Amino acid sequence: MPRPMTMAEKILAAHAGLEEVSPGQLIECDLDLVLANDVTAPIAIKTVREVTDAVFDPERVILVPDHYVPNKDIKSAEQAKIVRDFAREQGITHYYEVGCMGVEHALLPEQGVVGAGDLIIGADSHTCTYGALGAFSTGVGSTDAGVGMATGKAWFKVPETIKFVVDGQLAPSVTGKDIILHIIGKIGVDGALYKAMEFTGSAIESLPMDERLSISNMAIEAGGKAGLIPVDDVTRAYMDGRTERPYTAYYSDEDAVFAEVIAVDAADIVPTVAFPHLPSNTRPVAEARDVRIDQAVIGSCTNGRFDDMRQAAEVLRGRKVHPDVRCIVIPATQEVYRRCIAEGLMDVFLEANCAVSTPTCGPCLGGYMGILAAGERAIATTNRNFVGRMGDPTSEVYLSSPAVAAASAVLGHIGLPEDIA
Amino acid sequence: MRYEGRAFRYGRDVDTDVIIPARYLNTSDPAELAKHCMEDLDVTFVEKVRPGDIIVAEENFGCGSSREHAPIAIKAAGVDAVIAKSFARIFYRNSINTGLAILECPEAVDAVAAGDTVSVDTDTGTITDVTTGTTFQAQPFPPFIAEIIEEGGLVNRWKKKLAK
Repeated sequence: MPRPMTMAEKILAAHAGLEEVSPGQLIECDLDLVLANDVTAPIAIKTVREVTDAVFDPERVILVPDHYVPNKDIKSAEQAKIVRDFAREQGITHYYEVGCMGVEHALLPEQGVVGAGDLIIGADSHTCTYGALGAFSTGVGSTDAGVGMATGKAWFKVPETIKFVVDGQLAPSVTGKDIILHIIGKIGVDGALYKAMEFTGSAIESLPMDERLSISNMAIEAGGKAGLIPVDDVTRAYMDGRTERPYTAYYSDEDAVFAEVIAVDAADIVPTVAFPHLPSNTRPVAEARDVRIDQAVIGSCTNGRFDDMRQAAEVLRGRKVHPDVRCIVIPATQEVYRRCIAEGLMDVFLEANCAVSTPTCGPCLGGYMGILAAGERAIATTNRNFVGRMGDPTSEVYLSSPAVAAASAVLGHIGLPEDIA
Repeated sequence: MRYEGRAFRYGRDVDTDVIIPARYLNTSDPAELAKHCMEDLDVTFVEKVRPGDIIVAEENFGCGSSREHAPIAIKAAGVDAVIAKSFARIFYRNSINTGLAILECPEAVDAVAAGDTVSVDTDTGTITDVTTGTTFQAQPFPPFIAEIIEEGGLVNRWKKKLAK
């Protein structure tokens, strides 16, 4: 019998061809997928060419230009072209051109490219998003991704796992985003450094897939290597008929050893906002009402999925964005965009005076499509609020759920949907 | 390798967005990236930094994005080594892979003052504050990582492996 293992350890062991692994062990694994975007792929492609002539498997290398596309300027057009040319040359099946592309970590689960039990590396820190489907997926730099594309392999240090048990009844206004902000506020931006996070408990089980993806997405904001959620009926209902490849559900053994088990009472979690300049700088929204805003951004790999759009639209329906605020809505994929039209959300956004954009990471990383001037403030459903993240170094970003961002857009200051008269 | 230079001091959670802001990520040219290194944290860094200088910072250096442009920019700006109490995971891997020397040594971080001349021996992990004459020992790399460094980085390691 192998030693009792966590979900993370089991996935790594399976991909290293080992019966068991222990935290701290350095192992070489076979990768299911290797990803990169238009910012990180050009360097990864250079690495591939240094190592070999061809990628290890053109069906398992995923290239999603999403950061600066549709091209922001000539330089970014050149970057995107390097990716496009390489995809054509190598016959990459999962290359997503403008018009088909979406924000990578919203797109790949939606398209069934990623699934439970997969081992995935991506040259983008939010690759940890797929943990919500029960995959071990983690962000790496371009060289690791390039070597992965060339060889199908990567080395890993088996991480310890911190288990979070979120039990109890969530208030109706509390979303997956509030849960992860609450947790990061509790443990800090390096609270899970070098460790995997596993999110369990009745409150997690009660969440739809889109909100679970928001939780796993921000594991990296606590320094986490992965943000895993055990597979259940919600996961299976999401993946069945969607995933391209068969999937495997791995579960932590009852007697698995965790670095720490942190219990969170769902009833203690309230709508939360992270103040500048760290995602861990959290406060209840109810204590942030004096913060006036210039912009609201609703979108990104954290909160650009359909449920996010629906939650924002519910607040904006029949209302107008405050005249001092620009509200930018970015459905994260073409499919989300289409559903927004089909289900009438697009009319709600346009009636409310929101600007709606084609899918792009754009303003989340201060790329384009909503950059802040000196001293301006934005509330955003994105994932980082570092200095200069969305524009000028003196601008400020406050992180929240879609409903809170939408309510703040109407109010002109940070607030809750029920604050709107 | 042995490096010697002046210490630039920074605090905790120095993120990759301040090391190299995303607004400059429409290129991966090291010389271009170097022009904007640390810009949003310390606008004077680029004009002050000289080849061989060393960055000294508190916990969680390099947190945030996976951009390899961060260690590339630091190295291209002339910095040979970063000493910190701890490094964010992706930045740690990226530094090993791109050949930026990184050393974990809380004691040195607590002792070295901005502007001190510091020498670093990456083979032994010895850090000396030349200005004060104090010596510190950094955490050694696990053998596997040391091997990657010795082989000249991950790309060279694989080149050798595949040539066999």
